[in-house]
Amino acid sequence: MGRILLVCRLAVRDLRRRRLEAALLLLAIMAATTTMTLGLVLHDVASDPYQSIREATNGPDVVASVMPYSSEPPGDPAERVIDQPAELAGLEELASAPGIIDHSGPYPVTTAALQTSSRTSDVQAIGRDVSTASVDQPELIHGNWVRDGGVVVEAAFANALDVRVGDAITLNGRWFEVVGVAVTAAMPPYPQSSCFSPRGCASGATSEELSELPPGLLQNPGLVWLTETDVRILTPDPGSLSYVMNLKLAEPDEAQAFVDANLDESSGTPGLQAWGEILEEATERARDGQLVLLFGAWLLGLLAVASISVLVGGRMADQTRRVGLLKAVGGTPGLVAAVLLAEYVLVAIVAAAAGLAVGSQTAPLLLGSSAVLIGSAGPPPITISTAGLVTALAIGVAGIATLVPAVRAARTSTVNALADSARSPRRSGWLIAISARLPVPLLLALRVASRRPRRVVLGVVSVAITVSGIVVALALSAELTNLRISGRFDDAQAEMIGQVLLVVMVILFSLSALNAVFITWATVLDNRHSSALARALGASPGEVSAALSAAQVLPALAGALLGIPGSLALFAVINAINDNDNNATLPPPWQLLAVILGTVLVIAALTAIPARIGARHPVAETLRNGFG
Amino acid sequence: MNGIGTTPLVQARRLRKEYGTGEGLVRAVDEVDLDVARGETVAVMGPSGCGKSTLLHLLGGLDRPSGGEVSLNGRRIDGIGEKALARMRRTDVGFVFQAFHLMEELTAIENVELSALLARRSPRAARRRAADLLEQVGLADRATFLPSALSGGQRQRIAIARALSNEPLLVLADEPTGNLDSAATLDVLQLFESLHESGQTLVIVTHDSRIAATADRLISMRDGAFVDETRLTGGTRGDLSGLVRLED
Repeated sequence: MGRILLVCRLAVRDLRRRRLEAALLLLAIMAATTTMTLGLVLHDVASDPYQSIREATNGPDVVASVMPYSSEPPGDPAERVIDQPAELAGLEELASAPGIIDHSGPYPVTTAALQTSSRTSDVQAIGRDVSTASVDQPELIHGNWVRDGGVVVEAAFANALDVRVGDAITLNGRWFEVVGVAVTAAMPPYPQSSCFSPRGCASGATSEELSELPPGLLQNPGLVWLTETDVRILTPDPGSLSYVMNLKLAEPDEAQAFVDANLDESSGTPGLQAWGEILEEATERARDGQLVLLFGAWLLGLLAVASISVLVGGRMADQTRRVGLLKAVGGTPGLVAAVLLAEYVLVAIVAAAAGLAVGSQTAPLLLGSSAVLIGSAGPPPITISTAGLVTALAIGVAGIATLVPAVRAARTSTVNALADSARSPRRSGWLIAISARLPVPLLLALRVASRRPRRVVLGVVSVAITVSGIVVALALSAELTNLRISGRFDDAQAEMIGQVLLVVMVILFSLSALNAVFITWATVLDNRHSSALARALGASPGEVSAALSAAQVLPALAGALLGIPGSLALFAVINAINDNDNNATLPPPWQLLAVILGTVLVIAALTAIPARIGARHPVAETLRNGFG
Repeated sequence: MNGIGTTPLVQARRLRKEYGTGEGLVRAVDEVDLDVARGETVAVMGPSGCGKSTLLHLLGGLDRPSGGEVSLNGRRIDGIGEKALARMRRTDVGFVFQAFHLMEELTAIENVELSALLARRSPRAARRRAADLLEQVGLADRATFLPSALSGGQRQRIAIARALSNEPLLVLADEPTGNLDSAATLDVLQLFESLHESGQTLVIVTHDSRIAATADRLISMRDGAFVDETRLTGGTRGDLSGLVRLED
């Protein structure tokens, strides 16, 4: 017990003694955990909600439908006369087909014009039993299930119409009260709804596309559920009703094979849709956003690793002396490792919790309507597996951060550790020779940079990643505008991808900015002695400050230049993965130049403050403290 | 306390440096008056923590006084800005530290030329001057060695060469032999002796009576204040090696 207390006390004291460094480390790990949380949440939204809705609603493996049809041979749909009612016999045959273990329906479906206080829309209304169905019982997000006079609206459609439980709407001029909002796995969410109208539907069409379509088509019809009675009231002619039936297979994975085996293209026979096809349509909208976030998550992950490497590396160097002190007063390598582990685990747990909180709070902003678009009702919950993975990442960082100094502690002699001689600066003779010919700030800057080449590489990589991200974001943004103007993306889709892009960029900028500050601060701390000495030898605080800042700006310039070929590589990968022909192209040269110059200026501004603080530390105090 | 010449190079009046506040207030330097003439060597002795090093830092503009005045070459430096102080340190003052404070990644000659480069001398002139100084301190054959490959005495001689790089008016040495063995101490003593003879103004803070014996004037310090002053009539001359052996 005493030993645990001692370890905890030493760990907490060290964190309190280096509050700023502890806070920066916390931020770096938090940035990584937030990024990971967002990535996992979007993944969940893009795929898992459909699966979970399928489970919650006992979703169908195959949806079968029959519609009224024309006895005339196929021709121009606008000219055809629908003169034959839907043939329910086909559905009844399917219900008893081999491999079917359960079914619900057939349910009557009618089309109607829905009007709210401010909008009108086409809808497909399915007549359902008031009692619970064994297959496809829509999951209520708000309110209750259907009753006579009460309508339940599909969640994405409700979101698009901005209707809530309790609102009054009309269907074909008849008043209904919205009694519930629900999701289903039997149909892709609005506006990608399946079509049960013999006249056909234009689902997911842009306004431009709609204007070019022939009249009579249902335009982006939404889905509502009514009682069967209400559906029949809305449809004076029973012969105009379509019917839908939900089938459950013994082998859900065989759904497509079942469809292939039973689909008959001739008039009046049931149309079949396997659940895999519905999933495909349900997640189509999220795919572009997911691609953006996937790359964003990779870029952010790399940046977070760079931040953590700088900070942990800096702290590890700092820990060498502390390790020496602990060993000198009788601490065993085990005790030293325990103290370091306790310290990092404490930071990691706080960072993981904060990352999960920030990620889960940011996710709804990021996903906005897109979650609803693909069938999820609201902010996606943080699952246990997400929380576990994020915490594992943070603890993993803590473990690595502990391992290296712990091994060093075991291997380094106490005397050497006390002398802090583990990390002597690197020497680059050619750089020192070149720097002698430069003005004082650049002379010092090159020498500062050459002392820690790995840190310079991290700085270059960090900026290169950010610039690559910015260039790709600019290109995607331009492409998005083009797709929106050309009508290939509708507003909701463009808005969703725009949101994803924006959030990724905001995090990328923030993390990159933090990185620049981390690296500068690590450089400032590492160069305390040489900065003080340079000042003792006559360098002014301004010159030292400019040197510390320039030591970051020069790698930033290199990183910004490298970011351009980096973005080309990213483009190649994105275009290779993206199979929908929306190939992005590099932004114009003036934008690339602006990105490079802007990045360098931002880095200069960000590093100015820590560099200034570092350059103004009292010289006598630093030299008296015996560094070097 | 007047020095040898009529116009003091260094002048301090009621010089004070305090740390902390209230009951924790420590007067590291307490109302000190000091004149150092051009060409004079002054040794300051006293127990650890008496304020010797702090005094040196105040005289060289590395630290700012809490009160009083300091002048160098007739110019007040206690109230001037950091930039002007840096300029002053660059051209008028050379420091020698007990811990050498050499840049570990620079060779001997690169360490020596650093001061000249910071003073914006041309790289060629800085290199030539550094080579001359290394010759003077007897380390011309170690010019391309890194500090880690040199002995303590050699490192201190490089630090002295660096301090002389810009031909300063004043050299301030803080325990220059504190980390050295007898042989290295002798080398450094001889260097200071030759500097003294060449008319270089020196203020040396030391525990070592052998170093103090080479000074023109010896000041004893205790609790931040001067408690005694002895004029040594030009300092000890002659067989320094004998003096070193005697002390050992």
